[in-house]
Amino acid sequence: MLTVNDIHVYYGNIHALKGVSFQVNEGEIVALIGANGAGKSTTLKTISGMMHPRSGKITFLDEDITHTDAYKLPAKGLAQVPEGRRIFLQMTVMENLEMGAYIHKGKVPAEDFENVFSHFPRLKERRSQIAGTLSGGEQQMLAMGRALMSHPKLLMLDEPSMGLAPILVEEIFSIIQEFHAAGATILLVEQNAEMALQVADRAYVLESGSIALSGTGTELAQSDEIKKAYLGG
Amino acid sequence: MTFLNYLLSGISLGSIYAIIALGYTMVYGIAKMLNFAHGDVIMVGSYICFFAVSRFALPPVVGVLAAMAVCTVLGILVERLAYKPLRAAPSLAVLITAIGVSYFLQNGAQLLWTPNPKVFPSVVGNGRLALFGGQLTVSYVTLVTIASCVVIMIALTLFTGHTKMGKAMRACSEDKGAAQLMGINVNSTISVTFAIGSGLAAVAGVLLCSAYPNLVPTTGSMPGIKAFTAAVFGGIGSIPGAMLGGILLGVIEIFAKAYISTQLSDAVVFAVLIIVLLVKPAGLLGKKISEKV
Repeated sequence: MLTVNDIHVYYGNIHALKGVSFQVNEGEIVALIGANGAGKSTTLKTISGMMHPRSGKITFLDEDITHTDAYKLPAKGLAQVPEGRRIFLQMTVMENLEMGAYIHKGKVPAEDFENVFSHFPRLKERRSQIAGTLSGGEQQMLAMGRALMSHPKLLMLDEPSMGLAPILVEEIFSIIQEFHAAGATILLVEQNAEMALQVADRAYVLESGSIALSGTGTELAQSDEIKKAYLGG
Repeated sequence: MTFLNYLLSGISLGSIYAIIALGYTMVYGIAKMLNFAHGDVIMVGSYICFFAVSRFALPPVVGVLAAMAVCTVLGILVERLAYKPLRAAPSLAVLITAIGVSYFLQNGAQLLWTPNPKVFPSVVGNGRLALFGGQLTVSYVTLVTIASCVVIMIALTLFTGHTKMGKAMRACSEDKGAAQLMGINVNSTISVTFAIGSGLAAVAGVLLCSAYPNLVPTTGSMPGIKAFTAAVFGGIGSIPGAMLGGILLGVIEIFAKAYISTQLSDAVVFAVLIIVLLVKPAGLLGKKISEKV
């Protein structure tokens, strides 16, 4: 579904991604794990068109999207929940969801909102509240709900557990599994390697801008290297 | 009754400031830049209306519509040619460019239309409405100005609160990156904002010249600066703030002229601004930038 082939990305003179390649197949949860600064978020930003690689190629559903503008990608079926959530804090919960459905022409069907509320009942209670007044966990749920509104074929999540209490992290990950069970394809970027490997079908480990290891979630969770470097044992 | 008369003139002048201030504040909200050429768009609008009505003898309504159409296109062009290439540049570069565009428009107007003052035709009609048995007379210009301001305010509130484009505009002004991830074309949203602001500037120009019918190429610069002040006064980036700031500024100016001194009126206006900003640095209705967690 998504193929990233040998992309090189620079911030000015800094060579941030040094030939990253991986792929995501339909129906999979693929995790990208790695330390802070390894290039995980850069990889996602490059896929979603917020940055463009100097060389390499990205294909999504057999279409070359390497240099496509970010705003054209949601219509092709790509949605991203960005790092730090980045919901529209001064807009209401409903308005945020409407923005999620921006690519939908005409009135947004009520079922789409109901679908989001079925995953996140708390958002329904707070539907007319200004998003800035939500708690961190609720904001994460809103960011995920907002991404669902575009009916994405591939959902990319950037650090969904960041800054959340452990109980909320559990909740967010169980919702990710719910999405997966419903057939969603997910690319998950996480610093919390333990949680990510539990839910992922396959995972890639990024280290200073290139893929150091890859395998199934279970394989990597049991590998000594990973245990030492990322799982604290 | 003289007090009421002053108050009405103040609200009327303030309505013009408010309509101009809306352009400043909307553009600032979305492009995070101060478009100092905005005042000169007013002047261009006034000239267009002047030529349409005086030279081509078109009905005033057509003159106003022509002015709006030309200013809308002008706003989009200025943004595309002068500001868009600087989107990633430091804000100081954009500010200087805006001042450059302002001089360009003023000097272009001198070249095209000469610096000789033109007497603006009465677009609204010279009639006056007598109230309270003739104790209070209000000119039609005053009434039309205040009414236009109210209509524009209601229309903009509905637009930003209830239409898809208006909501997308608010989303862009909060977070352009996130807006793009929703599929919103940020560049065209910015263009639409410039178009609306410039169209409103044309309306303001016609109203301004109807009240003060002396049209020269620098006609727009002082009201432009006053309206910018009004936008800051009300809280830049806030639409109700621009309205409130504009009207207060107009009322303060007229009262200062009437009760203090004609020469000192601008000094009084700016003194009030300084005091307000000392007490409330974000302006009357300005929001403190919310921290991203």
